Amino acid sequence: MAESHGGAKSPAAGAHTEADGGHHGGGFPPFESSTFASQLVSLAIFFVLLYVIVSKLALPKVGGAIEARQNKIEGDLAEAQKLKDQSEAALKAYESELASARSRAQAIGNESRDKANAQADAERKALEEQLAAKLAEAEKTIASTRTTAMSNVRGIAADAAGTIVQQLTGVIPDAASVNAAVDASLKG
Amino acid sequence: MKIDPIHQFNIEPLFTLGHIGNHTIAFTNSSLYMLVAVAIISILMLASGTQLVPGRLQSVAEISYEFVASTIRSTAGAEGMKFFPLIFSLFMFICVSNLVGIIPYTFTVSSHLIVTAGLALLVFFTVLIYGVAKNGLKFFSIFVPHGVPGYVLPLVMFIEVLSFFLRPVSHSIRLFANMLAGHIALKVFAGFVAMLGFSLGAIGWVGGVLPLALTIALYALEILVAFLQAYVFAILTCIYLNDAIHPGH
Repeated sequence: MAESHGGAKSPAAGAHTEADGGHHGGGFPPFESSTFASQLVSLAIFFVLLYVIVSKLALPKVGGAIEARQNKIEGDLAEAQKLKDQSEAALKAYESELASARSRAQAIGNESRDKANAQADAERKALEEQLAAKLAEAEKTIASTRTTAMSNVRGIAADAAGTIVQQLTGVIPDAASVNAAVDASLKG
Repeated sequence: MKIDPIHQFNIEPLFTLGHIGNHTIAFTNSSLYMLVAVAIISILMLASGTQLVPGRLQSVAEISYEFVASTIRSTAGAEGMKFFPLIFSLFMFICVSNLVGIIPYTFTVSSHLIVTAGLALLVFFTVLIYGVAKNGLKFFSIFVPHGVPGYVLPLVMFIEVLSFFLRPVSHSIRLFANMLAGHIALKVFAGFVAMLGFSLGAIGWVGGVLPLALTIALYALEILVAFLQAYVFAILTCIYLNDAIHPGH
């Protein structure tokens, strides 16, 4: 072992390395059986140490962190799903409420329109009757006025004819012949 | 200038711990790097927080955890999670010590056959003891494959038994040889740069660009190998444990 210590003090020098190789016997470090015991003991110590650290501390800790995250994600997803369901239910309720309100509004609208139509019809009819009555009265007045006017026209015409004859001839024509002539020309 | 690619594997005792029989048990540079690996893993796993939204260190710890856990679940099933601490320790120990070992002037723990053999035998005996304890004699049905005609069965059984007992050999040599060869190759190519430069002067330094580029490429490959061999070791452990958990397969 003293030779190996010597090797440790001059790690970079090639000549020493060769000399060490000679001391170690085989010359190829992985096959030097004198180092096996030391390596196996340190491997046993450090691997057991690592195993204990890993199994008692490291894996529970990291696994716990991963599981906690998984639980949190699942919890959050469940919460989100619940909220989504709630909002969907609210939306559905709102839509059905809206639909019923719309149909009610339609019904009210129809009813009021029918009522308004009926009222308007009645008013129109009354007004039309009133107007028709007024029209008939006015026509009657017009007809009586015309007959009066027509009879007046005949008198005026006879007067005018008599006056014209008198002016032309100086003779006052008798009323009967003037009337006959006026009647004849009116008929003609 | 002489480059010795083997020197990096020397075991240098730092101080003596005691004696077992006529063996001296020393705390060596290998022990130191085992301690470094254990310390790095402990810091990574324990000093990272338990935040709901993980930071960088915590992400690495959780990715390692999930990576090993999913490897076990996919190869050995949910029952394999019993061995989660063992496989996690193996994977992290090999991965971290390999990655530390790839830093220049450090020592690679798994470049020594005795270390990888120790780990492989640990797995082998875990499989054997757990398999027999859990399944009794039914465990040995892994040596008798289904649907093999009777007349070749003895031969097949012989091969199966042989391959079972050779598992720790291949398991340990695979890791050891990969790390050893990779480190020797790196050292040799890096040595070319210095050798060319010191022996040929300016021309040599210019000519050294090629081995330097190769060294860089090899270095990248070695980083991949460092991780990959740890993964291979862990997944083979899972596959062997699967035999112990489900010998019927």
